[in-house]
Order: sequence, then C-alpha cells, then structure tokens
Amino acid sequence: MAEQFLILRNPGAAPLSELPILPFDEFRSQALAAIIGRKARVVAFFAYAHGAAQRLLLILASDQEGKLLLSSSEIEGAFESFTPSSAQFHWFEREIYEQHGIMPKGHPWLKPIRFDSPGSNADEPGVCEYFRLAGEAAHEVAVGPVHAGVIEPGHFRFQCVGEQVYFLEISLGYQHRGIEKMLRQGPDKKSLHLMETCCGDSSCAYSGAYAHLLESLQEDLCPTERTQVMRMIAWELERLANHTGDMGALANDVAFRPTMAYCGRIRGEFLNMTAELCGNRFGRGLIRPGGMGYDINDAIVAKLLPWLQASGKELRNALELLFSRAGVLDRFENTGTVDSKTAANIGMVGIAARASAQKQDLRSYHPYGWYRENPYEAAWAESGDVYARALIRYEEIKKSLAMLEPALKKLPPAEKNAATPPLSLQPKHIAVSMTEAWRGELCLCAITDEQGRFEQFKIVDPSFHNWYALAMALRGEQISNFPLCNKSFNLSYCGHDL
Amino acid sequence: MLEILKSRLLQGYRAGKFPRRAPVMPERFLGLPLIDNSLCQKDCSACLQTCPAGAIQKESDGGITLDCGKCIFCGKCARACKSGVIKFSRQHDLAAFERKQLLRRDASYSYELQPKPIIRQLCGRSLKIRQVSAGGCGACELDFNVLNTLAWDMARLHIQVVASPRHADCLLVTGPLSKNMLLALKKTYLSMPEPAFVIACGTCPISGGIFAGSEAVCDGIEEVLKPDLYLPGCPPHPASIMEALLRFMGRQMRPMEGDRENKAQKEDKAQEGDKKPEDSLKA
Repeated sequence: MAEQFLILRNPGAAPLSELPILPFDEFRSQALAAIIGRKARVVAFFAYAHGAAQRLLLILASDQEGKLLLSSSEIEGAFESFTPSSAQFHWFEREIYEQHGIMPKGHPWLKPIRFDSPGSNADEPGVCEYFRLAGEAAHEVAVGPVHAGVIEPGHFRFQCVGEQVYFLEISLGYQHRGIEKMLRQGPDKKSLHLMETCCGDSSCAYSGAYAHLLESLQEDLCPTERTQVMRMIAWELERLANHTGDMGALANDVAFRPTMAYCGRIRGEFLNMTAELCGNRFGRGLIRPGGMGYDINDAIVAKLLPWLQASGKELRNALELLFSRAGVLDRFENTGTVDSKTAANIGMVGIAARASAQKQDLRSYHPYGWYRENPYEAAWAESGDVYARALIRYEEIKKSLAMLEPALKKLPPAEKNAATPPLSLQPKHIAVSMTEAWRGELCLCAITDEQGRFEQFKIVDPSFHNWYALAMALRGEQISNFPLCNKSFNLSYCGHDL
Repeated sequence: MLEILKSRLLQGYRAGKFPRRAPVMPERFLGLPLIDNSLCQKDCSACLQTCPAGAIQKESDGGITLDCGKCIFCGKCARACKSGVIKFSRQHDLAAFERKQLLRRDASYSYELQPKPIIRQLCGRSLKIRQVSAGGCGACELDFNVLNTLAWDMARLHIQVVASPRHADCLLVTGPLSKNMLLALKKTYLSMPEPAFVIACGTCPISGGIFAGSEAVCDGIEEVLKPDLYLPGCPPHPASIMEALLRFMGRQMRPMEGDRENKAQKEDKAQEGDKKPEDSLKA
C-alpha cells in the first residue's frame, strides 16, 4: 500500500482536490505508520462538516524532512479512536467529540475541554467527573477558576497523598470566545484583529502566521524582503519580552528577588521597543497580510540599536546572576521533570519540548519567512526539568539578541510602494501556516469555499499541546512546587480556549 | 553576595517617575481620538466601513460619533478618512466615570474630573483590587501586572492587588465576559464587602470589543455589573491604567484642556535635580 498524503511545505496551500480522502481504515493505518515510521508529530486533527458528510482532517509534521503530511477521511458519527495507539491524539479527539458529537470509539475519557457544544453534557464549566483518589491519606485540592493573582482563569484539581501530588487534572474553557466560528466566512475586516487577540502575548506570531496563510492562498500578495526582516524583528522582540518576563517570574518563584526585579523592568523595555515600531506594546497592527502595517524608519533604527544593546547587556547580567546562584539551581534542578519519552508520546511542542530533548523548532525544521534564508539552530536540553526550561529560554534570549542587531543594521531598502492588492483568495484550497510562537508551534489551517472565503478555520495554539505536559510534570512533585512548574511552562489559557 | 551587589550597581536605580512626571508615550501611540466633525463629508462612510469593531456611527447631522467603549485603537479609521475628521492623539488618559462620556464627537477632553465622593472617601488613601479575567486575550492582565514591577510600582501609591475578594475595595474586570466565566464573576463580586466598586479595564469588558457578537461571550459586563470606571484600550497602556486608578481614587486630577503641555513642562522643570521619589506622594 503506497503512502497517500498531500505534502506541503510550511507555509503552503494546495487545491482541495489534491487532498486524499481515504477509507477510514487506510487513513488510520497510514497515519500511525507515519507517526511510528517517520517519527511524524500530530500538528492538527479536527473534524468538519462538508455538505452532509463529516470529514476528519489530519496534519502531521515530519521534522527531519521538513514536510507537512495531510490526509483526510469521511466518517459517519463515529470512528475508531487513535488515542490507545498514540497519546498525541487524546486532546484532539476530546475536542472533536465536544465540537461535533463525533464519537472516537475506544477513547479512555471523552471529557469536554471547553464546555461549549454538542458532545458536552455539563451544565456549568468545570462541573464534571474528575479522577479521584481514595484512601485515608489521600486528599483533593481544587483551585480556580479565579486564581489568587492577576492571571487568566482555569480549574486545577490535585489528587494528593500528603504533600505529594499523585495526579493533577486541568479543566479549562473559561476563556472561550468562539473565535474559530467568528473567523468562518472571512476574511473580513475583523479577521486580522481576531487573530491578534487569540492569545494576547503572542499577537505577532499569530498575525505573522495569518499573513503567511493568506499569502499562500493569494499569489499577488507577496511580502518584500524588507517585510520579511521586519516580521522577524517583531517575532524576536515578542520572544525576548516573554522569555524575559518568564525568567523574572521563575526567579520570583524561588525567592530570588534581584533577577525578578530586573527582568520585570527589562521585559517592559522590549515591549516598549515593539511599541516604538507600531504604537502598541503587543505589536497589534504591525504585521498584516501582504506587508507591514508600519515601516521602520532610520530614526527608529537609531533609537532601537543602542536601546537593544543596553537592555541586552542588563538582561545577560541579570540572567548570569540567576544561574550562578546555588540556591536557585538547587530549586530548578530535578523539579517538574518530563522525560523525553513522555514528551514524544504526548506530542509536546516548543520550549517545553526542546527542554525534554525533542529536537523541534519550526524556525529550524520548517523554516518560514526570514528563517528560510537564514538558518536557525534550535537550542535544546536533555533534563526536562524546570532548569532545562529556564536554560532554553536563556539560550533563546541570546540567539534572539544576536539576530536582531544585524537585522536592524542591515534593513533591506524599502521598495517602491506598491499598494497591497485587495484580498481574493483562491477558491477550494487548503492552506496550512505555522510559526514558532515564543511558547512553541502555532498552526493555522484554512479551507476555502467556491468564493474563496474561509469555509473552515482551525487554530492550534502551542498551549493546546502542552497543558497535559504540565499535568505530567506535576506527578510525584510536592504540591508547593506547582507555581514554579507552572511558570516554567507558562501556558496560555486563552490560546487553548480560543 | 558581592556579585549581587555588583549586579545591582550595573542595573542602576530604575524606578518609574509616574505620576510625578508625565509618561513618555511612544511616537506612534494611538491614544484619545480627536474628532473634527466640521470636516466630515456628508455622504462618506469610509471610516464606518473600515472599523473592525463597529465603533463609529454616522449621525443625522452628517457628523460621526466614535464610541471609545467599542474602539480597539487600531487607527484604521484615521487612515481611511481622507478629510482628516479623526485623529488619534498620544494622550494616555482615557478613562471615564460614565459610559456616555466615551462617545466622542469633538476634540475636547471634557470628561467629568471628579470621582464620586463615596469612592474618594472610601478609597482615596488606599485601593485594594481584586482582578478577574473574564475571557479576553490576556493582554490587559499583562499590562495591569506590569504596574507591580519597579518601573511603575503601584504599591508606592497605596494600590495593591489582593488575593481574596473579601479583602477588596474594587473588582477590576478584563475580557468581554465569556459565558463560561459568568458564574465565577458573579460569585467573586458577591464575595466582596459592600460597596464593591467595579472597574472595566480594556475595551472588551465595556462592550465586548472585537469579540462582540460572538455567541460565546456576553458583549461586556454591563448587563451583569455596572462599572464605576470605564477604561478603554486594547489593551490600555500601563500609564493609562495607572492614571485611571489614581483618578478613580481622586488622587490625580485631569489637567484642564490646553493646560496639558504647560503643566508637564513645568513639572519636569520643577523636578530637575530632585531625587526623592517619596515627594510624589505629597503632591
């Protein structure tokens, strides 16, 4: 049996007619063969209604080959669950059941993940059955949805024996805004803004992925070389700001105040640099399909360069200080460990995956935009603990700083101002676009109808892959280590809930 | 220990100077929109058509009304308008005590300058805030959190985030109020001692913002909780939030129109060479 996949490069589009529609058994066996044989990862797996039929669409990524493998199948109300064969599918199948009521037969527990739709039987969000631990020494700690700090809502249930966490269950959905539904029938004047607000701290990664998606669906929308460089600047500034903030928060959680205080301020410097580009600290309006919302003029370059150098120096100093403290390292090491086998099994992505010895980074293995011409070497570590996740951030901070300075110095000249053509997407196409957001892999997939409008729009935020990894990291940990472990992942609630 | 001290020397003293000094807003910052309806073309609706949030309305007199409570400050309308009716100033103070004050038809700063006496009486010296995130994208939370860093340090101005609603004077809500957060928001509010004030932080809790119209959200909190302060922005800049909180407490008066530039310059001059940050509290 020959492999039948639609093969795309990131970002890429193809006519819908090229997407194979296989009988379910073949679809399943080919997918599992690719996951085992080619070490492919599940990027997205979702269902959609195509006329009266129900379709499953699977997107796999083969990192070593730099290819995306797409396949689909038509089913009727139910299919044989993939989860018992590959745990990467378990969250996706819960989503499919919740959104469409399609039953993945053999899935261990089809609990709702967002509490909004046909499959979900719950009255109120978070109200459902949970894993329970019985016994004299066992107790349960329930936290949220409203937490003690300034943080998004989510519900956490710890099953503990004494101080030790036996199992953590995470129940989300409180931030659900129905974004995927609002995007259907687009693109319209709201679409770009909805993308920017899927996950507020990753606005540039989202608007960049969205721009690539549309550019792959419309030939005359092609970004200039200057645009590519400016987008990279936006992405790396976003990464720097968030990584810096996280390092400060990690320092805070182990009571090392100096680095916490310094990083809290330096994070703001990077946000203010972004605001210098477009007026908004989160890069809203900076990237748009076909080009940029704002240009970077010489005055801005002259302002940013010394600013970047000074902040970079201060940041390196703050982080060197952090990593030189024995007390800090003692708290970081062997805390919240996710081993590499687990990471691969559950399909982790991004910094957390790289900290657990997974060699994956879209900038290296599925390069897009600027990274296509400028190879990026992914940072990775083996220990899978809080220390590794902190170290990856530190390494990436250094790499981002090293990329930004030369890019700002050598901005390609502005080309003749050709007006961006009006949007008119290719009809009956499927497109996939992925960017490495600061947390990890962000995937957007669109299917267009006869008029070139979005018939389907699927968003897979990096946090969608990684929330379960946080639960795994807490197994056997002291419950008092939860804040530290949680910060070392720093996952998004709104990105997951959409 | 020596390394920590050495690092401290390198990092320097970086505490923020707001509100003693006016914040320096980025060159391209889009703040309070100024409307000049005398320039508005009668049969033009370019701004309405381009606005992603439905914040602009054409009035029967031919002019427009821009509702800051719906505006996400993307600036598209200003670019679309060929007649220059809409301009976004760099002014950061955007908050209003009444919803209708967010409807802008001119270039004035004519908001109500004083908070309600009861708020001033109860919260004038210290403000304890419980924040609840009700949907939204997390950006408002991030820029509110920034006020705890040393660049803003709101604790020095006696503003503090508290963990329990029972300790809170006011509830600061962000997000368009997702239906999934409705119950949790109500319960949090009911847990607060009376009078429990409400601040709507960001465009989302005022009107739903960009998410308005989605079946999964409530289009803002107004139907459930009546805000005592409305702060538009997507997200509001930390300076906007800080200013709003101080004005809410009755601690910072909005400078009178036209007086703005002079006052900032005067303050800057007066404080040159002045090194005591505590002075800001006496003002």
